[in-house]
Amino acid sequence: MTRRRKTRRDFLASSAALAASAALMPRPAIAQAEPHVVVVGGGFAGASVARALKQLDPRLPVTLVEANRAFTACPFSNGVIAGLRDLSAQQFSYEKVVADGIVLAPGTANLVDTQARTLIVGDGVRLRYDRLVLAPGIDIRWDALPGYDLPAAERMPHAWKAGEQTLLLRRQLEAMEDGGLVVISAPANPFRCPPGPYERASLIAHYLKTKKPRSKLIILDAKDAFSKQRLFQNAWKELYPGLLEWVSLSMGGKVTAVEPATNTLVTDFGRHDAKVANVIPPQKAGRIAELAGVADRTGWCPIDPVTFESKLVPNIHVIGDATIAGGMPKSAFTANAQAKVCAAAVAKLLKGETPPEPKLINTCYSLVAPDYGIHVAGVYRPVNGVLTEIEGSGGVSKADAPRDVRAMEATFADSWFKTITSEVFG
Amino acid sequence: MNARILAIVAALGLAAISVWPAAADEAPPGASSCSGCHAANAGVSTAVPRLAGRNAGELVAQMQAFRSGERQATVMDKIAKGFSDAEVQAIAAWYAAQK
Repeated sequence: MTRRRKTRRDFLASSAALAASAALMPRPAIAQAEPHVVVVGGGFAGASVARALKQLDPRLPVTLVEANRAFTACPFSNGVIAGLRDLSAQQFSYEKVVADGIVLAPGTANLVDTQARTLIVGDGVRLRYDRLVLAPGIDIRWDALPGYDLPAAERMPHAWKAGEQTLLLRRQLEAMEDGGLVVISAPANPFRCPPGPYERASLIAHYLKTKKPRSKLIILDAKDAFSKQRLFQNAWKELYPGLLEWVSLSMGGKVTAVEPATNTLVTDFGRHDAKVANVIPPQKAGRIAELAGVADRTGWCPIDPVTFESKLVPNIHVIGDATIAGGMPKSAFTANAQAKVCAAAVAKLLKGETPPEPKLINTCYSLVAPDYGIHVAGVYRPVNGVLTEIEGSGGVSKADAPRDVRAMEATFADSWFKTITSEVFG
Repeated sequence: MNARILAIVAALGLAAISVWPAAADEAPPGASSCSGCHAANAGVSTAVPRLAGRNAGELVAQMQAFRSGERQATVMDKIAKGFSDAEVQAIAAWYAAQK
């Protein structure tokens, strides 16, 4: 007891000394003496940046703030909806993240005091930071689509954050009688996972074709073009003729309101009464981005493409889906790649060094059927402050590739999921 | 080994150090993205080969073959076209030095 009290007194004394010296010494000296990085969000971006920082400097204190006890991954969750895999295959614990020496702070990030460089978690736990990395993913814009609020999502699931919503959509499809109409509403750009709605439509069509072949699926789209469009549409003609229909913006596809009581999706040209309605609504950066002042009027976060530091608030970095990342799509691969670049930049900045100009890669696979994979890939570098795809690089799967190549790409998709989840959570 | 060769080796060594001061631990631009598909963790076994510890010359040759179209690829041809020879060499040297 005596010893503990003495330790506490020593701590108080040294705190006072520190406070005194803080008043006398310039800020960078304090930062160098005891730098601390706080990360918000334990997804592909946040868990990656925390672990990459620890790998670069094992002595650097890193705290990861996360509200959920485990992570549920979105990539491959369309397979869960289509009954091809269990949700448990999507779930990962933070055990290995903690084993790296990262302090896990359970709770919701509620406020940032940018003057005091302090993050407030939950009811008032205060975390002081030298550099704060926000990886909050997306939030649904509940104000953007008339009729679509929290209770509506229980009837017309978005399933755009994997977990209960994923299982709800799956149960609705399983409960639907053969001959039913499934409607997917796809949002305008930008949104999480640009090819996601079309992979989802494909795998639901696969489920319907094999289990409920008299059913039909319609995609109502707020866009006239989408990711990997030609590849998806060619595959749909081949695999799901007469089953899957895509209605573009100019053909009246934009959903302007929903009526959950009747499962109705309203467009300027008509009403669609669905047996199962999957509303993928407009989105914005996760809540803490707005609270920290790093989101602009678009709802997303402008960043410096070399360091991923916010263009609006100093000492706060933003990575992953929440960012405005030029040509880089909002994908798990991108989130992980940005996290590693951001970690290297933060490590340099803490030492007072200048981070070099980075290069980043994105690769996204989509499944059109369980044995039919396609991809988009790109290489990016900062050009005039914007992450820009390098001319001549990148592109999508070959339009005329034979089925054995599509099958091989489905295997590569599976390999990618294993590899990235092992790097981030394993 | 005679003194002249030793001197050349020493000079080359110094040149290498001055050009890439931290090649062993600091990932060159682009390198950190690769492990999204090419597992850094030796315990992960997939259809995509690991890069760590591979011969640098072999990695450079593969990237050149992807870029020229000499080697068929699904994804790597598009990625190889996003990197210069110097960038590929730096990335290959870094991976060769990894465990």
